[in-house]
Amino acid sequence: MDLKLQKIIPQLITVLVVVLVFGFFTYNAQINMENRGIDFGYGFLSQESSFDVQFSLIEYDGSHSYFRAYLVGLLNTILVSVIGIIIATILGVIVGVARLSPNYLINQFAAFYVEFFRNIPLLLQIFFWYFAALRALPLPQDADAMLGVFFLTIKGLYVPAFIWENLNVFLYSIVAAIIAIVVIRTHARKVQETQGKQLPVFWISVGLIFILPLLSFLIGGVSLSFEIPKLKQLATTSFKYEGGISLPPELIALTLSLALYTATFIAECVRAGIQGVGKGQKEAAASIGLNPNQVLKLVVMPQALRIIIPPTTNQYLNLTKNSSLAAAIAYPDLVLVFAGTALMQTGKAIEIVSITMLTYLSLSISISILMNWYNKKIAIKEK
Amino acid sequence: MFKYLKQLTSLVAMVAVLFTFTTETMAAKKSKTLKNTQKKGFVRCGVSQGLPGFSNADAAGNWTGIDVDVCRAVAAAVLGDANKVKFTPLSAKERFTALTSGEIDILSRNTTWTLSRDADIGLTFVGVNFYDGQGFMVRKSSGITSTSQFKDGISACTNIGTTTELNMRDFFNSKGISYEPVAFEKADEVVAAYDAGRCDTYTTDKSGLAAQRTKMSNPDDHIVLPETVSKEPLGPVVRQGDSVWEDIVRWSLNAMIEAEEYGITSANADSMKTSDNPAVKRLVGAEGELGAAFGLDNEWSLRIIKQVGNYGESYKRNIADTGILPDRGPNELWTKGGILYVPPAR
Repeated sequence: MDLKLQKIIPQLITVLVVVLVFGFFTYNAQINMENRGIDFGYGFLSQESSFDVQFSLIEYDGSHSYFRAYLVGLLNTILVSVIGIIIATILGVIVGVARLSPNYLINQFAAFYVEFFRNIPLLLQIFFWYFAALRALPLPQDADAMLGVFFLTIKGLYVPAFIWENLNVFLYSIVAAIIAIVVIRTHARKVQETQGKQLPVFWISVGLIFILPLLSFLIGGVSLSFEIPKLKQLATTSFKYEGGISLPPELIALTLSLALYTATFIAECVRAGIQGVGKGQKEAAASIGLNPNQVLKLVVMPQALRIIIPPTTNQYLNLTKNSSLAAAIAYPDLVLVFAGTALMQTGKAIEIVSITMLTYLSLSISISILMNWYNKKIAIKEK
Repeated sequence: MFKYLKQLTSLVAMVAVLFTFTTETMAAKKSKTLKNTQKKGFVRCGVSQGLPGFSNADAAGNWTGIDVDVCRAVAAAVLGDANKVKFTPLSAKERFTALTSGEIDILSRNTTWTLSRDADIGLTFVGVNFYDGQGFMVRKSSGITSTSQFKDGISACTNIGTTTELNMRDFFNSKGISYEPVAFEKADEVVAAYDAGRCDTYTTDKSGLAAQRTKMSNPDDHIVLPETVSKEPLGPVVRQGDSVWEDIVRWSLNAMIEAEEYGITSANADSMKTSDNPAVKRLVGAEGELGAAFGLDNEWSLRIIKQVGNYGESYKRNIADTGILPDRGPNELWTKGGILYVPPAR
């Protein structure tokens, strides 16, 4: 009896204290909001927002609701996070492998990159790319075309827009090519397992992914033309490009700084992962006659990935959360649009901040779940 | 048994502390803000992050500007010393939360008085210390001399969380012009981006444009277009729910304006005690019991005038002499063709 009670009482007290503290803060907030005449409620979400946003993936203007503005911000956050994660991963893997290169110049350069970019505060890097690098870009009227069709100016990057005819046929051809490749790979594996013969799967795959879409152009009636940005004069010295797709400089600066910064951490994860695989593993693999490529692909990487994935997940989460620094350079992400402008115009601080926090929490948890699933997939399966 | 007795006592103590705290904060004191301010010994004032003429800090951290002077006036009235102010620089986005959460007691930060702000979000506007309107700045070299020359696709830099953002939409929509809004959190970043050529025009209150122009790398390259596209009455704000504090801030501002009307300046305030005009004598504390209504002494307004000066002195010192807006325009007294008109202090 006594022992049981001794175990239960501290737990009860903990629960009680948590409830009391939480209750106190809620109560206090309620009283203070009432005293100051602030209403609490989420009804404002359906009201007209009456402010415009610079850059949106969905149709939006000030006549839409605050909820729509929230979606605009959320999608912009996801956009910059996804692009940032892809670039950071590619760059991180390259730099991480380069740090282990026997070539002195390459590994020193990679080491310099890592030390340089990870030791400067991210906000400063964002400012650098946006204000310092942006200032160096030409005005629209002075910009030289890159490859004849790209224009990188102080007002953004203008690229040609694709105008498709029978786009669906083209997409079907790509899907067909992918299915064909999967079938051939399965077949090739079977052949290798039963007859020990290796088919040139790689070259067949490359051929398929090019030839099928090409056929869709030749006989499928698919055609592609480009809309090239054209210079438009707004005033004597004010110009912009029209037509094509324009990427705002805020998006470019933010993606670049997030990717360059996070890639340094991913590079270190990759290096640690590869170095974490025992030397004996490589030697054993080489001794059974695998070539260096196969050693890396079949022996080192599967084991290294298990070390790399968990800390890399953290970096993906960091990148997503760091994207909220966008507000400093006018990229309309969730924090700028919703926790910024919408909060100011409605004054619903508690509601909006709580929604924003929950949103970031959900984003982070989604990434975690995805990465944990992948981690489990590549983990050692004990038999 | 003794073991959990100890735990229980600490729990009871904790609950007791929580409750005394709660009842303390709930106790309806006459003016909690006034009481707290006098206890702390300084006025907590929210200002901008640097807008010349309104609230701007020099290299030594001394704040000047007409918005700053409102807080200094309140400090002079309440604490007897205009320098007893703690300034908190706030972005447009942070300002209201800072006020409603109790981090500051006066928000004097070129803030536009609108219905929704006054009624909705727990704020009370106490008056207007600058009548303004939104305008546009462009580069001289662009050849634009009027907003009617704006064309589709123009990009406009501004601040987030301001009435400017909403007015801009109303303006461009009414003209049927498509535009690209580029909204930053801090004014310095708006200026930097516009100055670099990111935007074709920079829009905010005209006083703000005039002030920010002085910060550009080459001020003479830019002009403010003549059109005014909105009404922007700027004034100090207090938290809703403390009417005594609200009155103190309102009448500190009014006293400065009325002092100018009666010709009372920081230099002649003491000698005005013997004036023949009872209205003047009331303002310098030689007649009547005006301060008692807010729980202050009778010389509250005299201290404001002596330490901060009247509104005209404040305007001249901060806005006219610094070359921001030498012409007072609507911010002239009603007796001199402007619209500054305050209720009588009696």
